[in-house]
Amino acid sequence: MNRRNFINFFLGGSLAGTFISFLYPVIRYLTPTKQTEAIIKNITAAKVGELAPNTYKIFKFGTAPGILINTKEGELKAFFAVCTHLTCNVRYESDTETILCPCHNGRFDLSGNVISGPPPSPLESYNVEISVEDIIVSRRK
Amino acid sequence: MKKNYLHCLTLIAILLSPLALYPQTNSCIKCHGEMEEKLLAPVEAFKQDIHQKFGLNCSDCHGGNPTEEDIDLAKDKTFKGSPQRKQIPELCSSCHSNSNYMRGFNPNLRVDQSVLYWTSRHGQLLKKGDTKAAVCTDCHGTHGILASTYPKSRTFPWNIPQTCSRCHSDKDYMKDYKISTSQWDDYKESVHAHALFEKKDLSAPVCNDCHGNHGAVPPEVTSIAFVCRQCHPSTGELFSQSPHKKVYDEMGISECEACHGNHKILPPSDEMLGTGEEAVCIQCHEPDSKPYEIASRIKQKLNEFTEKIDYADSLLDRADRQGVEVSEARFELREADTLLILVRNLIHSFNLSEIVKKIEEGEQVLSEVREAGEASLKEAKFRKTGLIIATCFIFLLATALFLKIRQISKKTQA
Amino acid sequence: MKKYIKQVYSYFDIRFKLTDITQFAKKKKVPEHKYSIWYYFGGICLFLFFIQVITGILLLLYYKPSVEAAYESIQFIMGQVKFGWLIRSVHSWSANILIGVIFIHMFSTFFLKAYRPPRELTWVSGFFLLLVFLAFGFSGYLLPWNELSFFATRVGTDIAGTIPLIGKFIKTFILGGADVSGATLSRFFWLHVAILPLFTTIILVVHIILVQILGMSKPLGLPETQVKEVPFFPNFVLKDSLGWMLILALVGVLCVFFPWEVGQKADIFGVTPLGIKPEWYFIFMFNTLKIVPSHVLFLEGEILCVFGFMVGGLLFMLVPFLDRNATRERKSPFFTLAGLIILLYIIIMTALTYLLPNI
Repeated sequence: MNRRNFINFFLGGSLAGTFISFLYPVIRYLTPTKQTEAIIKNITAAKVGELAPNTYKIFKFGTAPGILINTKEGELKAFFAVCTHLTCNVRYESDTETILCPCHNGRFDLSGNVISGPPPSPLESYNVEISVEDIIVSRRK
Repeated sequence: MKKNYLHCLTLIAILLSPLALYPQTNSCIKCHGEMEEKLLAPVEAFKQDIHQKFGLNCSDCHGGNPTEEDIDLAKDKTFKGSPQRKQIPELCSSCHSNSNYMRGFNPNLRVDQSVLYWTSRHGQLLKKGDTKAAVCTDCHGTHGILASTYPKSRTFPWNIPQTCSRCHSDKDYMKDYKISTSQWDDYKESVHAHALFEKKDLSAPVCNDCHGNHGAVPPEVTSIAFVCRQCHPSTGELFSQSPHKKVYDEMGISECEACHGNHKILPPSDEMLGTGEEAVCIQCHEPDSKPYEIASRIKQKLNEFTEKIDYADSLLDRADRQGVEVSEARFELREADTLLILVRNLIHSFNLSEIVKKIEEGEQVLSEVREAGEASLKEAKFRKTGLIIATCFIFLLATALFLKIRQISKKTQA
Repeated sequence: MKKYIKQVYSYFDIRFKLTDITQFAKKKKVPEHKYSIWYYFGGICLFLFFIQVITGILLLLYYKPSVEAAYESIQFIMGQVKFGWLIRSVHSWSANILIGVIFIHMFSTFFLKAYRPPRELTWVSGFFLLLVFLAFGFSGYLLPWNELSFFATRVGTDIAGTIPLIGKFIKTFILGGADVSGATLSRFFWLHVAILPLFTTIILVVHIILVQILGMSKPLGLPETQVKEVPFFPNFVLKDSLGWMLILALVGVLCVFFPWEVGQKADIFGVTPLGIKPEWYFIFMFNTLKIVPSHVLFLEGEILCVFGFMVGGLLFMLVPFLDRNATRERKSPFFTLAGLIILLYIIIMTALTYLLPNI
């Protein structure tokens, strides 16, 4: 191989290599991801039967925490789990059947309304639907 | 002719009848409105007064006849003038303690202020003849009284500390009483003042939340703890279950106040725990005693936990600065932060095994955060590696181009 | 293999008359002299424009132009989409570099007086391209719908609103309403992906055809001995490509070490953050507005300033027709000096923001 051919080969080869090293990210970019939509409108918070009555579960709604409660009567309720006072995560207290914020003992009822303590406003409540085996939580319009 | 005359009169009467709706002259307001300074002030202030809004006027408290223009006729035998300080509670409660009367204006309003007042320190001093003690007007004002729910009112939560400290911070005024005058200065530095004035959190306690409103007394040693428990019940319960409760009660030490203070309640720091310089535990516990050991162990465990949280946080910061998305990991970290608050609360139980259990729960969460953080850092590294590879190819290509250019230039010159 | 390539070429040659084009290309020559490095900047502008088109089309797949979703879609691209961070950061960095290179290209052609006849229309079309790309920058900046972009847009359009008589109409027209809103976002998106690309294509084609037909201008006063001629194809093209590769490497480094931030979502009812300012390429105008006194004689300072910039821009565009000396191929020190003053003014007024942030 003489010098001229080498240079041509070198040029062609490095061009191809550069092209592929750019093509790879573009193809990965175009491939759909696990989370297919930008805004999460609903999420499967749990499976039917996963929560016993009078228990709760913290789930992720996008990047924000949510709380799913199975009441004593077997009704499912879901709320934004961040206390409206000083943004601590709330939890469900089964003996009083209320939602409690451990930081300053703010208490909410099962409609999200403040019943005692410092929180200034109610918890945002979510829609809960059951689809076959999934418990799907979505924002209220 | 007579008929016309009658018709005219009727017409005139009808036309002039709206004048009857005009309010009767209030001679108090009229005369005082023409005076200066001290005597004019009530007129100006009364314009905003809540009593005025409910249709009351000067004579309802001061007596007299405001329909009379002549000053002697106006100041008739019902005229009371300016009441003396010691008469004020009675004057105000003549309406405010009458539930039948008050129901007509606001059925919601309490009617026990007077009863409470006479049990308060202020009331008791006044009963003994000390007119320096606070009466209704000292807190509520005289003529420009606003509802306590109105932010400009002297008795609106964020104005109450100033209202109380008008007397209580005045060293000269308070020199005959054997109590401190530093409460307002102390309170100003407290975490409650910060919440109230800076974060505008109206749930933060002010003077009356702990001392009472009309029945204001300094809380007894035994009752301070109940006062704090109003907003901090879980902490109080943990304390009640701890070994300290019985001992404090026996020794007559006021629970929360012993470590946290009363007015100058600063944000508690981890340094209050353990055996260090700023620790409160060593105020009572001798070195080499069991409690001393427990205090030191609890502090050690807490320190380890907070260090792990800081490490996880810094890991996420590093990844964030390198441009990697860390919102998932931060979500997990929130849970760890909440657990830290719970652990700090749990300290009040002084139960080492419970505290350790909670910390372990937190450490599990943290290990997930660390994993997510390390994954993010790996992603950052992957990007740099990718960049190096792509840049290498680009430089190879640039070199190839350069050689080709040289080759062709030589050819052109040849 | 070579025979196969020849067959394919021949097929297209008969139908597209490729040979005529290649013959023309082979004949093109580019002057080479001590100032010829400046010739590359036009090509770099073109290269960066191609990058913008490609990355823009890729971003179009995931970006959502509504108030409820714009910010979240950018978050999604940066966090969830594979290499989304790269595509988006390339788009943002290249945009800024492109405008910088446009200024370099504009001033280099100005000082080399490349606007002399017969290249007046190349200069004028280039000026329109400058305006179009500034509009690209302004419209694109709002699309992520974060705090900085929202308030910078509001500040920028407020200034447009100060133009006497037509200002209010222009502002409402640009904003799609009285203030920056979802309507503005739709409008800017429409401009950014449809209208401006259309204008760019038309004007760019004119600009490039003119350059190809007329060739590169030689600076005034260079003796023939110092000027060589090299073929456009392949010599100049290869050198152009080399420059492009270096720019590409630079963009890559910037994107990995300084990825573009997502920022905070814009809050329409929020308070304007302190020190809000438009993107760097508008800063010199922004600072001028800040410095001008509120009233000059009977005229309002702001209006005088806006008017001044419009007149200045117009004069700058008409330079080929005003510079009589250059037209006659004579030295034109007045215009060179004027250009230097303008350049220094832009640099100083831009630098002031970063050196004295509290003005």
